[in-house]
Amino acid sequence: MDGNRRYAKKKKINDMTGYDAGALALLHLIIYCMELGVKYVTAYAFSIDNFRRHPEEVRKIMDLTMESVMLLTWISKLRLVRVHFAGNLQLLSEDIQNAAKRLMESTAGYNNFVLTICICYTCSDEILHAVEQSCKEKWDDGIGIMGYDEGNDYERLIKVVDIEKRMYMAIAPDPDILIRTGGEYRLSNFLVWQSSCCHLSSLGTVWPEFGVFHLVWVVLDFQQNYHYFAKKKLQL
Amino acid sequence: MDFSNESRVLHRCSAQIGNLLLRSLWHLIHFIISICNFTLDIANVLESYLISSGLLGRYKSLHIAKLRYLAIVIESEGAYQTSKIIELLQWLDAVGVKHVCLYDIEGRSSGFSLSLGILKKSKDFILENLDGAMLFQVLSYWQPSIYAMQDAHENNVLLDRQHMTLEFVSFSDGKEAVVKAANVLFMKYSKSDVTDKNQKEKIFTESQMSEALKTVGSGGPEPDLLLVYGPARCHSGFPAWRIKYTEIV
Repeated sequence: MDGNRRYAKKKKINDMTGYDAGALALLHLIIYCMELGVKYVTAYAFSIDNFRRHPEEVRKIMDLTMESVMLLTWISKLRLVRVHFAGNLQLLSEDIQNAAKRLMESTAGYNNFVLTICICYTCSDEILHAVEQSCKEKWDDGIGIMGYDEGNDYERLIKVVDIEKRMYMAIAPDPDILIRTGGEYRLSNFLVWQSSCCHLSSLGTVWPEFGVFHLVWVVLDFQQNYHYFAKKKLQL
Repeated sequence: MDFSNESRVLHRCSAQIGNLLLRSLWHLIHFIISICNFTLDIANVLESYLISSGLLGRYKSLHIAKLRYLAIVIESEGAYQTSKIIELLQWLDAVGVKHVCLYDIEGRSSGFSLSLGILKKSKDFILENLDGAMLFQVLSYWQPSIYAMQDAHENNVLLDRQHMTLEFVSFSDGKEAVVKAANVLFMKYSKSDVTDKNQKEKIFTESQMSEALKTVGSGGPEPDLLLVYGPARCHSGFPAWRIKYTEIV
């Protein structure tokens, strides 16, 4: 969701208001996706790297997160939306953590639409967390150092499926389309593990200006290359 | 009764006609998009010829030194065309790109068996036919004393701008390599003196993960730019740990 500050500069408004416009654009996107029949949407709200930004900006995003949690609590009940927060939530303040956990618990039973908000997230942190959890679980299962050395029983080793089920994003399947606004061509540590067969779409428009026609265009582009991606999925 | 039956039949027919019209509209839109994409492709090919012929002034100075490491995703069909790959590498060498990583999506391991990627199998042939090219390979070592030598070797190779260095990476260097690195870390975790293994704090760091990936032979540098070819942009499983901040074009 790149381009909030550029949008604010363009509209000659406060940078922080740019983030409010970005949050509104996300809300619109959720509704458009529901109408189109999309079941899983994941949004990259805040990276662990973003803590390096100006403290006022970080505070604004945290305040916006809290307001969004309140709003999503209301929306989730109306439209049976499951809300999941993916990331190292321990880096958040206690009140946001508790509000996020309450929302996740209260919507755990809904499966009409799954919205994942990546907050305090990077893919490298996600992989590391999954590896740590896998190690701890293998240790707890009694598979310790005794007899563990190179070339021993394959079944005692950690496997891809062990890591993938402990990822923050295990709740959703691998994405079909990954959209980045703001004209950037890098993934910036977002869903790098999950996007092997994903259509990477880079749009020049800034995030607050992302609308239904941009979404329709990206979906049409994906449909044009559907067979290419289906073939790739079989190969991988 | 007849009237309600007729209205149901009429409603069903109108729904079917509506669906047919929508489907036709969808096909028409995709046909128009295909025409537009075809026109854009022709324009891109024309621009490529103008750039390579030197007629477009703004592309004359490329500032290629900013590009420290280039990676290219080669599709399976392309990976078998070794002569075309050699030609591509010769072009890159002529342009001034010195450090290239070629990735193909074949090559995976299952249990104790390993199948090499297509490019890895033909790497000797490629290197022989490319004058002065060197192989860049992260060797799998288990002895810590070797790491310092390996690091020094890597730095020397990447600083060398006389020779082109080539790295060959396949699908098995992606998720499977992370799994192998996880097992290396598990071995260290098991041997460690941490008394409470149920602690919630982090036990591994990103640098430890990077070191573990080097240990298993999949710890190459992060490319600045990843080129993908095909009808759509997709990184096809290039090792995730290495393209966190890479421009993918």
